[in-house]
Amino acid sequence: MNSKKLTVSVSPHIRSLDTTSGIMLDVIIALIPALIASVYIFGIRALLVTIVAVTSCVLAESISRKVMKREDTISDLSAVVTGILLAYNLPSTIPLWMVIFGSVVAIVVVKQMFGGIGQNFVNPALAARIILMSSFPGAMSGSAFTNPVVKDITITSASPLAIIKNGEFDSLPTLKEMFFGLTSGCLGEVCAAALILGGVYLVIRKVISPVIPVVYISTVALLMLIAFKGDIHMVAYEILGGGLILGAIFMATDYTTTPITFKGKIVFAIGCGLITSVIRLFGSLPEGVSFSIILMNIFVPHIENLTTPKPFGAEKKPKNKEKEEVAKA
Amino acid sequence: MVSEKLEGVLKPVARGHGGVSVCHSKNTCSLEIVRMPAPERVILPMQQHIGSPCTPVVKVGDIVGVGQLIGDSDKFVSAPIHATISGKVTAVGPAKIANGAMVPCVTIESDGEMRLYEGLKPPKIDTREDFIKAVRDSGLVGLGGAGFPTHVKLGFKPDSGVDTLIINVAECEPFITVDHRECIDNSWDVLSGVYTIKEILGFKKVIIAIEDNKGDAFTALQKIANDSADFDNSVELMVLKSKYPQGAEKVLINAVTGKKVPPGKLPSDVGVVVMNVATVSFIGRYIKNGKPLVSRSLTVDGSAISEPKNVRVPIGTPISKIVEFCGGFKADPYKVISGGPMMGMALADVDVPLIKSNNSVLAFAQDSVKVKKERDCIRCGRCVHACTMNLIPTKIKDYAVLEDAKRLEEIGTMVCMECGCCSFACPSGIPLVQYMRLGKSIIREAGEQK
Repeated sequence: MNSKKLTVSVSPHIRSLDTTSGIMLDVIIALIPALIASVYIFGIRALLVTIVAVTSCVLAESISRKVMKREDTISDLSAVVTGILLAYNLPSTIPLWMVIFGSVVAIVVVKQMFGGIGQNFVNPALAARIILMSSFPGAMSGSAFTNPVVKDITITSASPLAIIKNGEFDSLPTLKEMFFGLTSGCLGEVCAAALILGGVYLVIRKVISPVIPVVYISTVALLMLIAFKGDIHMVAYEILGGGLILGAIFMATDYTTTPITFKGKIVFAIGCGLITSVIRLFGSLPEGVSFSIILMNIFVPHIENLTTPKPFGAEKKPKNKEKEEVAKA
Repeated sequence: MVSEKLEGVLKPVARGHGGVSVCHSKNTCSLEIVRMPAPERVILPMQQHIGSPCTPVVKVGDIVGVGQLIGDSDKFVSAPIHATISGKVTAVGPAKIANGAMVPCVTIESDGEMRLYEGLKPPKIDTREDFIKAVRDSGLVGLGGAGFPTHVKLGFKPDSGVDTLIINVAECEPFITVDHRECIDNSWDVLSGVYTIKEILGFKKVIIAIEDNKGDAFTALQKIANDSADFDNSVELMVLKSKYPQGAEKVLINAVTGKKVPPGKLPSDVGVVVMNVATVSFIGRYIKNGKPLVSRSLTVDGSAISEPKNVRVPIGTPISKIVEFCGGFKADPYKVISGGPMMGMALADVDVPLIKSNNSVLAFAQDSVKVKKERDCIRCGRCVHACTMNLIPTKIKDYAVLEDAKRLEEIGTMVCMECGCCSFACPSGIPLVQYMRLGKSIIREAGEQK
């Protein structure tokens, strides 16, 4: 009937349309509003920093895969995402060589040395940010920006969270300015409106579940509400200030470094919120989002083991049963 | 008088976790089941069911009639095999079946008459035991795909607390529409089968569960049920959301009754029996005419098939002949699947016989088979989200690679029913179901070594 050989493969014979590169592309699309906002706020240098970070991440990935004699994986676009996220965690004034250094750390040390995509145990962009922060504290904290509304005045001010830390509440920007990002800070973190827009896109596209961002931000809000004795105004500053929204939507939802179980996601998000609040309230640093996420990243395997769901129909507490058996024996 | 219960439609009791939205592709749902003429030759494997294989009871040269017993076993978990065409036995010995294995088969060359075997008569049923024996003698197995001998499923003890019968019309696999058509084309058989089983085995409740993409099948069943409501009103219809794998036994029981079948247990342990609608419909016919399981309906579809059809075919017909009856291939077949696209088996050869449990043959041209490039796991959790059995497929994969039998068992690998949702959902194109099977075989091996 037919001489051509038939293809044999294991079921299922149809697959969903989701692909790794498609997911990464969605994340990139979700990050674009924040990029536009940061160029508007910080000027063209924000774009330059992002381009340098993305390019050096992609090159670092390609070269390190070649050196390790492994298949090139840049087509999965994950290096692009890392590049953008790293740039978003840097001030626009940072020297470009530091951006390149950070990108190499993120991709080579944090990601590829642990086995590449899916294997790194902490978020590469955040790890690189922390290394840059501890290596070049001066360059990392400068956050001069030109007020886009009043073009002539270049404002160099401390970030809102640093202002709160120092107790100079009078010099805080308005909440409206905070929401649209007319404040100093890292280039991708300031514009809450753009980040939320991207987050909504990711949730609609089912790339991320809203569980982690919502629980993370709510935890911080709740703890701050207690800390500021019910001052909702201050809670709003804490939520909009610093990298909380960027971290909660884009970093704490990173697939590789967060739990895959539903309960695990909740535990992870509460942990992030707790650590962020503790650092902000009691630490010497004004900001704690990156540290909190990195710390919780390290706990992920344990969280997962503790929150592994019982298989369908299995008894609720097999452990007690085992204990009983042991006791009987 | 029309019972209120029959007019009202039940809603699912539980909304289970997981599952995936697959394409429906029910292209053949409006095509009535047509009968295929007897082929020149049928090859009847001696094992077409779960359980012990049968031993041939005919020899080369014997003349057999349709419905004559040709293979049987003295084991309980087994189902006899009957001649599906009339003619002469030309071979008794190994022949190739769908999975590529050579197994004992009986080959019958047709005399073109389709003469019924003289000994066939409707079974005399007075007691429960008579019924179970009659079902066994009919050679009936679950026609939905798994091929579990029906008399074993129905052979529970009267006092074992089994009181609910679920008729499975979910048919959640894409493309397949034979169950759908069975409800429309043979709705009276379905209902008479339902009542027979209910009466004899004493089920208190019968629920016909149907997915919401089969509106006309639902209407047909509702009409028949309403018409017959005078003598019984304990048969109810339930409409389920169209979602894969809605028709999987454990998933279906959970949706219909809210009960969960524990790992390693059977539906009867929670008081439920699930039967495929085609199986029930067969019982309805068999009680009347006594003709054993000699033919079955299947869907023939896919981008490489000239004339997709729902067709009733003598069991043992080579799949190549069935395709020929459906106008042959209109494009070079790249992949031919026996069963549905989610759980079916890809065939290496189309000259293999159709068996009792085979509900579809799908053939696809190369351009309609999409292959995803396999990449590393990114831990996106889509497999976890898709798993109806609450497993973590990607972890099972890791432990299977490590051959860690203890951990594999701990995280419930054996609960996996290989529905394919995890592989379907994986954006990295990882063949997770293959790893599930690997994991299971690692556990079994470790168990044997102990």
